[in-house]
This record gives sequence, C-alpha cells and structure tokens, in this order.
Amino acid sequence: MKNNIIVEVSELTKKFGNFTAVDNITFKVTEGEIFGFLGANGAGKTTAMQMLIGLSKQTSGEAFVAGYNIRTESEEIKKNIGYMSQKFSLYEDLKVWENIRLFAGIYGMKDKDIAEKTDDLLKRLDFEDERNTLVKSLPLGWKQKLAFSVAIFHNPKIVFLDEPTGGVDPATRRQFWEMIYKAAEDNITVFATTHYMDEAEYCDRVSIMVDGRIDALDTPSNLKAHFEAKDMDEVFRKLARKATRD
Amino acid sequence: MGTLKFLIEKEFKQTLRNSIIPKLIVGYPIMVMLIFPWAINFEVKNIKVSVVDHNNSVYSQRLIQKVDASKYFIINNITSSYDEAMVDIEKTNADIILEIQPFFDKNIVKNKTADVMLSANSVDGTRGLLGNAYLSQILNDYSSELRSELAHTDMSPKHKMSAINIIPQYKFNENLDYKVFMIPALMVMMVTLICGILPALNIVSEKENGTIQQINVTPISKYQFILAKLIPYWIIGFIILSIAFVVVGLLYGIWPAGGFFPLYISSLVFIVGISGLGLIISNYSETLQQAMFLAFFFILIIILLSGLFTPIASMPKWAQIVAYSNPLSYFMEIMRMVYLKGSSYRGIANPLLFLTAFAVGFNTWAVLSYRKR
Repeated sequence: MKNNIIVEVSELTKKFGNFTAVDNITFKVTEGEIFGFLGANGAGKTTAMQMLIGLSKQTSGEAFVAGYNIRTESEEIKKNIGYMSQKFSLYEDLKVWENIRLFAGIYGMKDKDIAEKTDDLLKRLDFEDERNTLVKSLPLGWKQKLAFSVAIFHNPKIVFLDEPTGGVDPATRRQFWEMIYKAAEDNITVFATTHYMDEAEYCDRVSIMVDGRIDALDTPSNLKAHFEAKDMDEVFRKLARKATRD
Repeated sequence: MGTLKFLIEKEFKQTLRNSIIPKLIVGYPIMVMLIFPWAINFEVKNIKVSVVDHNNSVYSQRLIQKVDASKYFIINNITSSYDEAMVDIEKTNADIILEIQPFFDKNIVKNKTADVMLSANSVDGTRGLLGNAYLSQILNDYSSELRSELAHTDMSPKHKMSAINIIPQYKFNENLDYKVFMIPALMVMMVTLICGILPALNIVSEKENGTIQQINVTPISKYQFILAKLIPYWIIGFIILSIAFVVVGLLYGIWPAGGFFPLYISSLVFIVGISGLGLIISNYSETLQQAMFLAFFFILIIILLSGLFTPIASMPKWAQIVAYSNPLSYFMEIMRMVYLKGSSYRGIANPLLFLTAFAVGFNTWAVLSYRKR
C-alpha cells in the first residue's frame, strides 16, 4: 500500500515566452507520504503545482496525478484532489457550516452525509460554537485550519497545499501540522510548499527547487547528512546560493 | 445537476447577505418608476416670451392673452421697444420675442392679413425650435378665429372662407404623453443595468478574492459555474420588472395593452442575452476596476444608441447600423409595442427573433471565453 505511486512527474517543463519557469523536473510521490516542495520565491514551485492540479498546461513533459494524465484528464484529477492555496480561499461571506456544505456538495456528497460529517468535523476541531459564524470574522489561524479541513473533507487521494501556513503564529502552525499528520494517517497524500524550514523537517521527503530545477530530493535527514548541515535551513541556503535568478 | 443546487444556494445566501443588493432589488424599480418618468421629459414648457407691442390695440391684447393662456408660455414682459426685449433675451429672462407691428389691428380688419415677427433664442435649440412652432400654432389659431369673426360681421359671401384646420392625430399615445413613451424604455434600462453589470462584477470579485481558483480546481464544469452565477440575476431581473409593472400600473394607470405574457417572454430572452454580455465583460477583466470601466463603456453605448432618448430613424447612417446591432433597440421596441400598441406575438415576432439571436450569440461567446485554467 505504501508503495503506490500517486504523483509521477517526468521531464515536466513550463515556459512563458523565453522564460523557463519549470525546467525539466522529474520526481515521484508515494501514497500516504508528506512531500515537502521547497524553493525560494520565483523558483517555480507554484507554477509546477498549478500544472499538477490542472490550472495550467505544461509546455512539455508528462505527469500523472492519482493515475490520470495531467494533459488530457485534468477533470478526472480534480475529482480526486484537494487544494488549499496561500491566498485564503473560502467564502468570507458564508458561515462556517455553509462553506463546508458548499465544497462538500461540489464534490458530489449527499445532504445527509454532509450534515453528519460536518458535525463530526466541528466537534473534532472544537469549532462547534463557530458553526454559524461568518468566515470573515474568524482569526486567520482558524480560517487556515478550516480551509484545510474543507480541502480534505471529501477524502481526496492527495491534497495540495500552497504555502498553507503563511502568516500564521507558531502555535497554530504546530496544530496545523498535527492536522496534516492526521490526514497522512488516513492515507491522504500531502503535497505542500512552504517557506518555513522547520516545517520541512516534518516532511517525509523534501524536494528543493532552484531556478526551476529540482536540485535536491531526499528525506530531511539524508539531505542534512549530504550537505553537512545542522538543519534544513542550512541545506536550503547552501542550495539557494547557486541560484542565478533574482 | 446536484452540484448546481449547492452553487445556486451559495449565490442566494451571498446575495441576500449583501448589504445593498436586496434593498436595491426593491428600491431601484420603485425609485426609477416614481421619479424618471417626470424628469426625463422632452416636452418644452414654461417658455418665456417678451412681447413687443407696437400696436397696443384690442386685437394685439387678445393675442397676448391667448399666448398667456397657453400652458407652454409665460409672458415675461410687455414692452414697446425691441431693444428692451433683446435685453431680456441676453439676460435669459426670455426665450422668444413676439413683435406685433404698429398697424396690426388695421391690417387685420382692412387687408385680412397682418404681420408679427418671432425671434427665438436658439442657444437651447430644442426650446427655441419647439417654442417657435408652438407659438406659430397659436398665431394660426388666432388668425382663423379672427377670420371667422370678421366673416360673421360683414356677412358678405366672399369673406366666408373656410378656415383650414390641421388636426394632427397621434395614434396609440393620444396625448403625446412622454411618460407613456419613456416608461417601457426605462424598464429596459433598469434590467440592462441589473442583469448586465451585476453578474459581471460578481464573477470578477471572485477572481480578485481568489475564490475562483478554489472553484477551478474542483470538478465543477464551467457551464455549471456560469449558470449558477446567472440564474439568481435572472430571477432578480424578473422581480424588478414585476415590481416596476405594478408601480407603473398603480401610479400612472398604465398597464401593458398587449398583456403581461409577451412582456415576460421577451424579457426572459433579453435578460439571458444581456447577462451573457456581462459574462463576456467579466471574462476579459481581471480586476473590478477593469470590469466596471468596460461595463460602463458598453452600457453607455448600448443605451444611447438604442432609441431610448432619440429615435433611431433620425440618427446618422452609421449610428443606425450600431443601433440595429444592439439588443436594447429590439427589446425597447417590443416593450413599447406591447405597452402602447398592445401588440401580440405576431407584432413582436421579428424583434423577438433578433433578441434570441443575440442571446445565443452572447452566451456562446461567454462560454467559449470563460477559461477554467
């Protein structure tokens, strides 16, 4: 079970005119893994992720997500993934339960299942008092936790997180990563970009993008050993130094 | 289909929770129908006249009284000097000078003809022109009145001329009431603004908030997304129109002569079409600012070139071509025909066909240009 490949990327490239945003990247992600997708700003992380979730088309190369080709079967992929972006993207003028109901409904869940699962979720998050609160009046950390819960509410095979913890305090970040571990235990693969190097340590495996290429890909401990670094921060800085892009 | 239910539910919750839109839905049609029919009015009234009376006789007095009695004119000044009247014009105290020549009474009695001179201030062209026309009408009346009087006094058969009266007859709007003419057009304008601009702004604000990206990674098809956006505005359009129908009926006693059914049918077609135009605008705009500007650009053109204020037939050729490729022209035509003439389906079949073509065209374009990236 653990060795099923859920994301398979080979020689994926994205060009915008003369600019190569993503340069011939190849990697695999196995099911149930927490995969950290690291890189400096402008290294091409978000572009790569957008190709995987069907928001943009590749220039060349192939990739499969949950067994579907990203070039031809992006609509199938969308049924099997969850996504949460750095820009907070629940509806601010809907209540907590209404947001959950909307996104669950979009993925084809039935009214009765939605109602039951919403109760469970709110209980688990200790959110029951906020059921009827408009999302815009929640604090940011709570919004992010809710957004993550909504992204995995329909039990996707893999969830893509684009800098999910940006701007969130350390305590909430910890809670957030606990939720990520919980999702991974439920066999949801987590594919996350982040800026926080301490978070990279929480990942099973980490890839580091520099100038559109993947320059390193391994477990955090192997990377630290290889680069003779005391923490991921040092690994990252050693690699990022090679960058020629601004 | 199941997904659509959730999306429409969301749109309604958001719309009703909005602090302005629900009030707008009720208040807008009432306000427009209450105020605009009185304000948007091309009748020229209260034209100020300075009379230069060189004659000062019974006949000239009678003429002045006749002018004064007309609802169109206000006698501003009666003087014996043309220069003084010109000062009135310069100070904009007068729009027209009516100059009565010295031997007005004698000429009328002796020669059966007399001269008066009209000078109109044409800075405000409509006022000058229409004032002139109205005043000439009064003079004509007066002269035929005098003729018949004089004919009666000296009874000789040669003076018995029959006064030729031109009685214009205006069909379907007998009193040439501008309100009746403007109301159907105002309804069209209202629906255009509500159903054309609001959905466009709604979609673009989802782009700005980033929520559309979240929607784009879900399995929702673009048809479902677009339909869910439009259906609430279609319903809002119908509510607004219905409120307007009732307000106009109760307030002005004007009910559609051709019945409600053809109105609703053509409104449906028009609303679907104009919201398609709104979608096209939203697809080409990334920010609310762009969408607003694009929307106003198009709305201004289609409203001004629709025959709302000025008849299409009196536009220059190129503008007529624009007007005939404008869905508003056809909807306005239908609304006026049904409201005033009582046209039924046979009468509106042609413009309705054009409207349908627009609706299909706009929406096809909208769906093609919406990219679910």
